[in-house]
Amino acid sequence: MLNRFMQSRLRGLVILALILIILPAFLGNPFHYELVTQMAIIAATVVGLNLLVGFAGQISLGHAGFFGLGAYFTGIATGTYGWSSIPALVAGAIAVGIIAWVVGRPILRLKGHYLSMATLAVGFIIAIILNNERAITGGPDGMPVPALNLFGWELSTFGQYSLFGVEISGVQAWYILASLVLLLAVWFALNLIESPIGRALRSVKGSEVAASVVGVDTARYKSLVFVISAVYASVMGSLYAHFQGFITPAVASFEFSILLITMVVLGGMGSTFGVILGAVVLKLLPQLLANFQELETVMFGLILMLTMIFMPKGLLPTLTALVAGKVRKKTGGKA
Amino acid sequence: MFAEFLQYLFTGITIGATYALIALGFTLIYNASHVINFAQGEFLMVGGMATVSLTAMGVPMILAVVLAVILAGLLGIALQRLAIAPARQADVVTLIIITIGASIFIRGLAQLVWGKQYHVMPNFSTSEPIEVFGAVLNSQSLWVLGVGAVLVVALVLFFTKTLIGKAILATSMNKEAARLVGIRTQMVLMLAFMVSALLGSVAGIVVAPITFTSYDIGVILGLKGFVAAAIGGLGSGVGAVVGGLALGIVEAMAAGYISSDYKDAVAFSMILLVLFFMPRGLFGAKVVERV
Repeated sequence: MLNRFMQSRLRGLVILALILIILPAFLGNPFHYELVTQMAIIAATVVGLNLLVGFAGQISLGHAGFFGLGAYFTGIATGTYGWSSIPALVAGAIAVGIIAWVVGRPILRLKGHYLSMATLAVGFIIAIILNNERAITGGPDGMPVPALNLFGWELSTFGQYSLFGVEISGVQAWYILASLVLLLAVWFALNLIESPIGRALRSVKGSEVAASVVGVDTARYKSLVFVISAVYASVMGSLYAHFQGFITPAVASFEFSILLITMVVLGGMGSTFGVILGAVVLKLLPQLLANFQELETVMFGLILMLTMIFMPKGLLPTLTALVAGKVRKKTGGKA
Repeated sequence: MFAEFLQYLFTGITIGATYALIALGFTLIYNASHVINFAQGEFLMVGGMATVSLTAMGVPMILAVVLAVILAGLLGIALQRLAIAPARQADVVTLIIITIGASIFIRGLAQLVWGKQYHVMPNFSTSEPIEVFGAVLNSQSLWVLGVGAVLVVALVLFFTKTLIGKAILATSMNKEAARLVGIRTQMVLMLAFMVSALLGSVAGIVVAPITFTSYDIGVILGLKGFVAAAIGGLGSGVGAVVGGLALGIVEAMAAGYISSDYKDAVAFSMILLVLFFMPRGLFGAKVVERV
């Protein structure tokens, strides 16, 4: 019974949940909590992007654009127009989903480098609009975002809350929320991958022609997964905006798009838990490299290059293969 | 009215010529190895920065230019040998990430060596602007156009008249077949990266007096070159030149007549429009995909 459970698709999810529960024991100060919360929000974004890149094999170099749209939608709706957070988040996600659908139809006909070029262009256009519409977005200086409002209950990083009688600080409350959101994002992604839609997507990645020959409506599925990954980005962007309390067009920048896709590739395309590892590593690396000050950028580029050269399949797939190889040796090659 | 139009046209053609040279660099590497080199813009930056700092150290201009170009060429070779060649089996996205890693690495080094500030390079010849029908033409623009034209002609001759050029073309068309007739394809790939770096660095040097130069100019210039190459149709030399000039002119017109805030948005909308109607760019080959 337990054995069967451990082999099911829930195994990874349970391990992730355990890690998220144990992690606070190692978090010393509010800054640690902030970092880990950011990690969780970005990891969930990357899990969504991986559905598009890792499973359907469609490259997007402009995904930060959707993240940025979600963030600004929330910022403007709650800040300027006084909406409540959840309606703003949902309306933003729907709007971004529609934009992704409209843009995705023509773009996804393109292949390879042309597709990456087109997605890059879409991301850039969004970032430029956010930068230039000063009256609405505050321009390059950015705009403040009110605290998250959950059914009349305000969640601010500066607040103090009591949860089941335990006193927790705002950053801890945010950590719990972000952890739950990440688990939900992973759970949804795992289910989608195992569903008929997931199988259709993987067939598109294998060979689009073969997929359409066996009757898969490839255009429809590609658009669908593009929309889903954009909605992931939008929702996470909204949460990120509330969490930070302040957003600038950097949330939609080309650099951030590149960071997101790098997390996918570095962690291991097509591996949901791999890309989370990718997000953790790339978010942590600048913190660790900060000690090198001037050398930070050089080291970051070097590590990125070396990992990709020597682990082209990504961190997690390479590591699991390594461990599996060791285990096989121990059992005398019987496994 | 006409003077204004002419003014925008001059600006557009000058910057377009730079885009064209960067796009040619992309094209060269893409043809030889099907890699999109996101570090292409760094070649420009290295060319411009090295020339500025060498002349500041008292090295004569001509010698500084030669040294800067050699430096960029070596960088191109190193990039291919140390980063691209070892990852031969990797797929497209992984290669993209590797070249992005390389560009971050080079940018970081440049920041260490040259700092974060902007560097100014004097015009090659006179700083007196030239007046044509009421529009003002920066003398450096003539240098950009002249050098650009010479490089394009030299490239054409290189590919049609020299054995090495033909070997690169052969490799780009069919790597296996090229290897069978005795072409050392790894050598060819290295050459492609070197020539591409040379092109980039020369573009970076001639344009430096107009745009100034700093450690991070490679990002946006490289992207614009990529856009130009894709508008033209990746892999087409003519396409790269036409795409570059078209992009430069449209951008300058948009900045002049519409809004300079949105000139980059115009460039990126242009690529979307081109790709919507011609999914392989203006001059891209109609390839029949084999299943």
